[in-house]
Amino acid sequence: METTAQRPITIAILAMGGEGGGVLAEWIIDVAEHAGYIAQMTSVPGVAQRTGATNYYVELFPKHGAKANSPAPVLGLTPMPGDVDIVIASELMEAGRAVQRGLVTPDRTTFIVSTNRVYSMTERIAMADGRVDSAALLEGCKSAAKRIIHGDMAQLAEATGSVISAVLFGALAGSKALPMQRMAFEAAIHRGGVGVKASIAAFGAGFASAEGGPVPVKAEPPVVSHISRALAPLMAEAGSYAEPARMFVRAGVERLADYQDVAYARDYLDRVKAIAEIDRRHSNGSGMLLAETARELALGMAYEDTVRVAELKVRPARFERVRAEVQAADGQIVEIAEFLHPRVQEIADTLPAGLGRWLLNTGWARRFVERFTKSGRIVKTSTIRGFLQLYFIASLKPTRRRSLRFANEQAFLREWLGTIQAVAATNYALATEIATTRTLVKGYSDTHERGRRNYDMLMQMLPRIMETPDPAATLAGLRKAALADDTGLALNIAIKDMRPLPQAAE
Amino acid sequence: MAERSFKEEVEKLKLGDGAEFHGEGILAVTKALLQSGVSYVAGYQGAPISHLMDVLADANEILEGLGVHFENSASEATAAATLAASVNYPLRGAVTFKSTVGTNVASDALANLASGGVTGGALVIIGEDYGEGSSIMQERVHAFAMKSQMWLLDPRPNLPSIVKAVETGFELSEASNTPVMLMLRIRACHVYGRFTTKANKRPEFTLVDALENPRRDLNRIAMPPMTYVHEKDKWEHRWPQAVKYIEDQRLNEFFDGEASDIGIVLQGGLYNTTIRALMLNGLADAYGDSKIPLYVMNVTYPLVDKEFVRFCAGKKAILIVEEGQPDYIEQAVNTILRRADIQTKIHGKDMLPMAGEYTGGVVREGIRKFTAKTRPDLIPAGAPPSDLAPFKLRENKAALSVSTEVHGRPPSFCTGCPERPIFAAMKLVERELGTHHVSADIGCHLFSIFPPFNVGATTMGYGLGAAGASALNVKAGKRAISMMGDGGFWHNGLTSGVGNAVFNKSDNVLIIVDNGYSAATGGQDIPSSFHPHASRGTQHSIEMAVRGVGVTWAKTISNTYDVALMRDTLKEALTTKEKGPKVIIAHSECMLNKQRRIRPLWRKAADRGERVVRERFGVDADTCTGDHSCIRLSGCPSLTIAPNPDPLRREPITKVINSCVGCGLCGEVSHAAVLCPSFYRASLITNPTGWDRFKDRVRLAVIGFFQRRIERKLATA
Repeated sequence: METTAQRPITIAILAMGGEGGGVLAEWIIDVAEHAGYIAQMTSVPGVAQRTGATNYYVELFPKHGAKANSPAPVLGLTPMPGDVDIVIASELMEAGRAVQRGLVTPDRTTFIVSTNRVYSMTERIAMADGRVDSAALLEGCKSAAKRIIHGDMAQLAEATGSVISAVLFGALAGSKALPMQRMAFEAAIHRGGVGVKASIAAFGAGFASAEGGPVPVKAEPPVVSHISRALAPLMAEAGSYAEPARMFVRAGVERLADYQDVAYARDYLDRVKAIAEIDRRHSNGSGMLLAETARELALGMAYEDTVRVAELKVRPARFERVRAEVQAADGQIVEIAEFLHPRVQEIADTLPAGLGRWLLNTGWARRFVERFTKSGRIVKTSTIRGFLQLYFIASLKPTRRRSLRFANEQAFLREWLGTIQAVAATNYALATEIATTRTLVKGYSDTHERGRRNYDMLMQMLPRIMETPDPAATLAGLRKAALADDTGLALNIAIKDMRPLPQAAE
Repeated sequence: MAERSFKEEVEKLKLGDGAEFHGEGILAVTKALLQSGVSYVAGYQGAPISHLMDVLADANEILEGLGVHFENSASEATAAATLAASVNYPLRGAVTFKSTVGTNVASDALANLASGGVTGGALVIIGEDYGEGSSIMQERVHAFAMKSQMWLLDPRPNLPSIVKAVETGFELSEASNTPVMLMLRIRACHVYGRFTTKANKRPEFTLVDALENPRRDLNRIAMPPMTYVHEKDKWEHRWPQAVKYIEDQRLNEFFDGEASDIGIVLQGGLYNTTIRALMLNGLADAYGDSKIPLYVMNVTYPLVDKEFVRFCAGKKAILIVEEGQPDYIEQAVNTILRRADIQTKIHGKDMLPMAGEYTGGVVREGIRKFTAKTRPDLIPAGAPPSDLAPFKLRENKAALSVSTEVHGRPPSFCTGCPERPIFAAMKLVERELGTHHVSADIGCHLFSIFPPFNVGATTMGYGLGAAGASALNVKAGKRAISMMGDGGFWHNGLTSGVGNAVFNKSDNVLIIVDNGYSAATGGQDIPSSFHPHASRGTQHSIEMAVRGVGVTWAKTISNTYDVALMRDTLKEALTTKEKGPKVIIAHSECMLNKQRRIRPLWRKAADRGERVVRERFGVDADTCTGDHSCIRLSGCPSLTIAPNPDPLRREPITKVINSCVGCGLCGEVSHAAVLCPSFYRASLITNPTGWDRFKDRVRLAVIGFFQRRIERKLATA
């Protein structure tokens, strides 16, 4: 009995609910049946259709190859590891899942992968950066397959105004992994009859990407920024620093001039200069202390206050960005509404320092203002009234240097820089970590307060941290724990697990 | 209105003699029912037979034309009890539900039905939701067949076999006066294939005949002393009659093979997987021609002793391919061969795993082991010792390298889901009043147990959310919160949960999620569905129902997206001094169904040139600091992350993608939780009116004036 001569073509499709994996499978069935194949498809939707991973499995068997007088071929219902000819994944992590399940094998599998990411819940809810390593995923996919066709098919779908399934269908046709001609694939789309024009365009894009090998990654357009005459010498000074700091110092100067004025950017450069001196004196050659401090200092000086938020929201470039983001066409009108919730704290922060403190510390005044800040406000920036409200707040920018928040932030930064300077003399790596740890202080209201609390706690623990075998690593670990959850659970555990340097044997 | 429409496909149900049907397994089952002259069909939706219910609903006109009555049962118990019509009358009836959860609910009625026995063919079509993608605890319907002595069909997973199983199922039922279960695995339900059709048959005896000429037979009623007779009848008559029918009609199939001293016994449903496993071991071809003889059990209960004795004659060993645990069939075969004093060695769970789905890879490995032990000469020369080895995770380098980068993707609430704000409000209440014991239920709302909400301690079954908190009904500083969906509420929750809480004077809080559909099973209508329905009674108020059973503290929130109201109402329910159960009915339409309903309307209106406003949310990248608190209080699929455009920051920013339906939750949450000012709502006006355009021009002029000032200032800064 000849057992290897005849076998079906096996195709597994890994998608997520709502991506049209079913439509793709139906097109494949259609193109195959019209080309004289016996086709079978099955799927496991279940609750997976609610945003979860879902998969389809298709087998094709040539009718003309069927044995005389024999019953129909027995086609499989589940993809078998090591026995899948074509695996199509609509997203990079799903492609990784196919590899993990052993469906992609180097002796057999043509692997069609869309490299776009649909982030998992774990990645999305992280308090900082919880994204997995896309490069590692793609490497794994490449090493697992006989042949890989990859590209950002989601982007091609968007560019052609269609859905990813049509692009993937095109990539399948372009891969030549199935013996049918391009026309046959397109005919299946025509027979489907839904959104034909867009689907054909998307199909074409997918086909081209498969033929041309890997699709080049779309380069982000360079940000062209206008440098005023007053700022030019500062930018020149920023440019005199070596990498890795240079990039951050330049961005910092631009940010702070935009945030306040050229004088504020000058303040920044002066502080950077002092740090550069410390870095030079204690450096291990990496320049990381300067880079991290320059980066965090710029962020710390450009703290997000109500004035800044209002200013960013009324800018013309922002109006254009919103139109682009909601994909407004010509003739469509876009109205914008903001969800703001200023509290007494934010109002006091904006006032001159003395007045702000008085408001916060005076019971009746505070309660009076609180009556007006109980619930959030919806400000319609696209109306004249709403725009002018924010425009007025933005125009308070010149008073910022006298505000309560400014005084508080400057005091905080002075202390932070002082700590860095003091520690750098004895432990460069730890000083660098202290610089980075300022990143905990970010966001607004509760988020900001929680971050500040965690930062303060870590700074108070510095003496204990310095007693551990590798203080820099200890601080980095604690910072990571502080960002692991918003209840402080992981941080508490990490603190408990901290062990001081074992005492030298007597 | 169900999630998937079969309006076009149901036309295939009209095919006559000798036509070729192409389509899904579920549709083929419906066609087979009509070919068999069925009189009535009923059921309760749930994967993988939800589509069967949807097909039947969409085919109602065709059914009525044939005189077939179709009911959307209130529960699986109702569906099973519906088969009572076949007890006294020669009516063929079929019911369907998902197993084993549905069979659990149905088993009271099934036990009574099986005790008295039937006159007309009674078929229970069971969607076996087992293994990959399954949403139920892993149990076997086989146990139900055994305990009630109902016959269990497990046909080969191709359309001709499935259709034949429906037809012979009715005949087997009538031949043995016993209800028959037809089990379809999830992939068989969704398999696309073809078969040759027969013309539909009108029932000879109709429901009208039964209503107008009522009959009764005391001997068929499940009540002592008749039940003692039933028990005897099962063993003395019904069982032997069934075995005779199975043998005579050759429902089980035997396939010869050259290696006649060994054999494989398998459940029909595993046939395709087994053949492929044999093929990849070099022991069969693509047409199922196997070197090892096969005994395919299309009927897995009762077992036919004589067939086993015959199959094992001259065989030194057999392999039983039986999915699931415990190994009922293997145990029974051991008894059968022992009694017949046959020495054939029985392999099964020693070579195949006891638990888990029998996927291709698993069966291939089992068959390889069996062949290596019993007939190593059959294994082709040069075959590697184990084909599977390279695909095992620890030996597969590529798989290893990606494994740390691949996260699970548990199901979650859809974009714009009205249930999400309920849990966002619960998280906010948690911040003020601490954590509470939460008794969860079955339904979309059960996704709350996963991140980002992590809410819910137990789930005891559909509609049993409130019942699951019954013991926690003592004086304490905190109250328990239970969840229940509108589907579960009408399924049994009104009595098992609400009525029970009233009667036992519970002080706990119950949140009933009223989204207008049985949403998790595919958006089928229920008594409280919002829209009028031509053939079903809808628009019945849940609040009136709970007040009707004695609840005095009941509040309906008609807009769940109002997070602040939701939060305050829940807080009140948890703290009020009023005695008795506190019931909050959280009422907003399932977004999946709403979008399906309104999108075509919008598109048509826009095409007609009418003013259409579409809202969606966005995040300003330059004010987002990448903390993602908003995502932790939402988890909406359209609320995701993107690389930070700011060179100074490392954390990805939050981003709203264009799939946003503008439900409003993001704005509500950022207000209620005082998050951050980054969210904006954009209203996109298509076909603006003259007034719109006038307003827009004036605004652009004034705002533009100030914006030009801003630009000038920026340029000189």
